[in-house]
Amino acid sequence: MIHYFILQAGPVSSVSDTNNSFNYFPIAIQLIFAIAFVAIMMGVTHWLGPKRATEEKLENFESGIEIRGNARQPMAVKYFLVAILFVLFDVEVIFFYPYAVNFRELGWEGFMAVLMFVGFFLAGFYYIFKKGALNWED
Amino acid sequence: MGITQILFWFLTALVLGSALMVIFSKNPVHSVLWLIVTFFCISGHYILLNAQFLAIVNVIVYAGAIMVLFLFVVMLMNLNAETEPQKNKWLKFAGAIAGSCLLLVLVAALKDTDAMRQEVLMKTGDIGLIHNLGMVLFRDYLLPFEISSVLFLSAMVGTVVIGKKGD
Repeated sequence: MIHYFILQAGPVSSVSDTNNSFNYFPIAIQLIFAIAFVAIMMGVTHWLGPKRATEEKLENFESGIEIRGNARQPMAVKYFLVAILFVLFDVEVIFFYPYAVNFRELGWEGFMAVLMFVGFFLAGFYYIFKKGALNWED
Repeated sequence: MGITQILFWFLTALVLGSALMVIFSKNPVHSVLWLIVTFFCISGHYILLNAQFLAIVNVIVYAGAIMVLFLFVVMLMNLNAETEPQKNKWLKFAGAIAGSCLLLVLVAALKDTDAMRQEVLMKTGDIGLIHNLGMVLFRDYLLPFEISSVLFLSAMVGTVVIGKKGD
């Protein structure tokens, strides 16, 4: 148990032991430390720092340019198009993880399956390119 | 009460609290940030259930990618305070009743199922590990896996057709 507190992996007794969720304990500690550090730093700066709120200081700063209009304007759908295509390819990569772990065991059969999977995605990618969906300027 | 149970109840309280904050926060961007907290807590639950692959995928896809889409949707809409439509009181009332009915149906449907009666696999059970999951996916469920790629292809085509105007 003490091994986990000093962020060292404890002695692993068997192979199945490495997949125990208790091994995520150091990650959890790291996460807690990261969140606590950020929260404490932000809290302490607000607590210690002086507050002299003048009108100039409360104004939004945008590279020294005078503010004009409203920031909340509907943005172009192009950004959303790129984001949604990114999500699709992101999910594709997720499917590679279980394959990569079982790469040797699955052999050629698994390789063909993944090749077909990637082939469909490449067809989609070709379609996207041909349609010019990723072209920024039209 | 063991450390697993303490973690479970802590995560459960965090999930419910942040999920409520998603609904109650006035600022839509704050709602999205609370939803990210909810997803991370659910990932913690997955790790407690020894479903590590699902936990990581939940962080990568949902907390990472889907949340970006949510933020984009928030920005695509014109959410000024002046243009915000004031909801009718009766509409809110009807919404609350409809949501409660959905909750009732879900609880009634899931109450007596086998999955609810089973003991939760804490730290044991290896079906959620990436090795077993990959074997099942590429041996037994190969056809659904390939069909899913067709689904992705149709999603791509749909996105381009809807999002790209003209031609």
